[in-house]
Amino acid sequence: MSIESATGITRIVLILLYAILVNNVLLVQFQGICPFLGVSRRVETAAGMGIAVTFVMAISALVTWVVQKLILDPLGLGYLQTIAFILVIAALVQFVEMFLKKSSPTLYSSLGVYLPLITTNCAVLGVTLINISAGYDLGVAVINAVGTALGFTLAIVLLAGIRERMELGNTPKNLRGFSISLITAGLMAVAFMGFTGLIKG
Amino acid sequence: MKESTKKAGLGKVFMNGVITENPTFRLVLGTCPTLATTVSLINGFSMGVATMFVLVGSNVVISMLKNFIPDKVRIPAYVVVIASFVTIVQMVMQAYFLDLYNALGVFIPLIVVNCIILARAESFAGKTENSVGASAVDGLGMGVGFTLALSLMGAFREIIGSGTLLGNPILGEGFAANAFKIFASPAGGFFTFGLFLALFNFVFSKIDAKKKKA
Repeated sequence: MSIESATGITRIVLILLYAILVNNVLLVQFQGICPFLGVSRRVETAAGMGIAVTFVMAISALVTWVVQKLILDPLGLGYLQTIAFILVIAALVQFVEMFLKKSSPTLYSSLGVYLPLITTNCAVLGVTLINISAGYDLGVAVINAVGTALGFTLAIVLLAGIRERMELGNTPKNLRGFSISLITAGLMAVAFMGFTGLIKG
Repeated sequence: MKESTKKAGLGKVFMNGVITENPTFRLVLGTCPTLATTVSLINGFSMGVATMFVLVGSNVVISMLKNFIPDKVRIPAYVVVIASFVTIVQMVMQAYFLDLYNALGVFIPLIVVNCIILARAESFAGKTENSVGASAVDGLGMGVGFTLALSLMGAFREIIGSGTLLGNPILGEGFAANAFKIFASPAGGFFTFGLFLALFNFVFSKIDAKKKKA
């Protein structure tokens, strides 16, 4: 199957599946590894992080695309892309935090600590930069961001599940903590290699 | 008294970044570029150098500006300083090292969100007791530590994964044709980093045990 030749709903589904399985943001592209290792101790917190990232990624893909096409490109300020995008993301995260605090205190308290951390999640900046450099139009950019975020959620929840089990086992002293998590993630990456070629980008 | 501690201090600050608090193997910060750019020695090394430049530059500027930046907006202010240096790196690499720029791809702009840089700005350069000079040395030490770690992992993955070093087949043509390709793939990045972390945990636990005995 190839994304290029597909149309309509099929195309949307293929873009999503490509971002989630074939080109997984954590296990293939290595973006967002810090939260991947840092907040994958328990399944619930991992899922919370995943939801927060999905939220922020979709909105920032939308806003950065508009900023690039309507402000930076017409003014010939392309070289300010990195600075502009990181500021947009930082401001958005702050805004989402304030919005959630007012409108949905339960969701806010469950995401609480993870929201500010998302600013330094390189997957968010990464996906917005890739959207522009790949020349996606607005719709595809947002779908791609949602797919990337779902891939992030899938991988981090899977790793958290494995780590919860692993705590019961007797890991060698020097391998404990980050070391065994990385090796586990490596095995997951081997499994995800099975999806290579499923969909052509 | 003050002079002597200052001199010993700078050396200690430098070595702190290179070994005692090595950003990659001890603090486990900046993991994304560590995994993504260590496919070969040259990629890992140049990523390290690019990060080092940004680290030193932003540490110096933030240290100079720390008395003027209001406490409440310090993080966005730091991010703008860091992003400016990253833009300089992007432009220089695009102009003079286009092959490397293409090989490292999106990870060059992503230096902005490398936690090492913000962590050093927050915990060292932004502190009033640390001078501009000390902040520069801290950035240099951390940068060298990061570069060494990335070069080490890059060399390991290049030798095992492709049988070459800097593009030369050092283990013979036969090995290069049948190398452990998994180590050049994303999965190998995770394995290599995990194993190196375990190795460093082992070495440092031995050193600590020796210190306790003495």
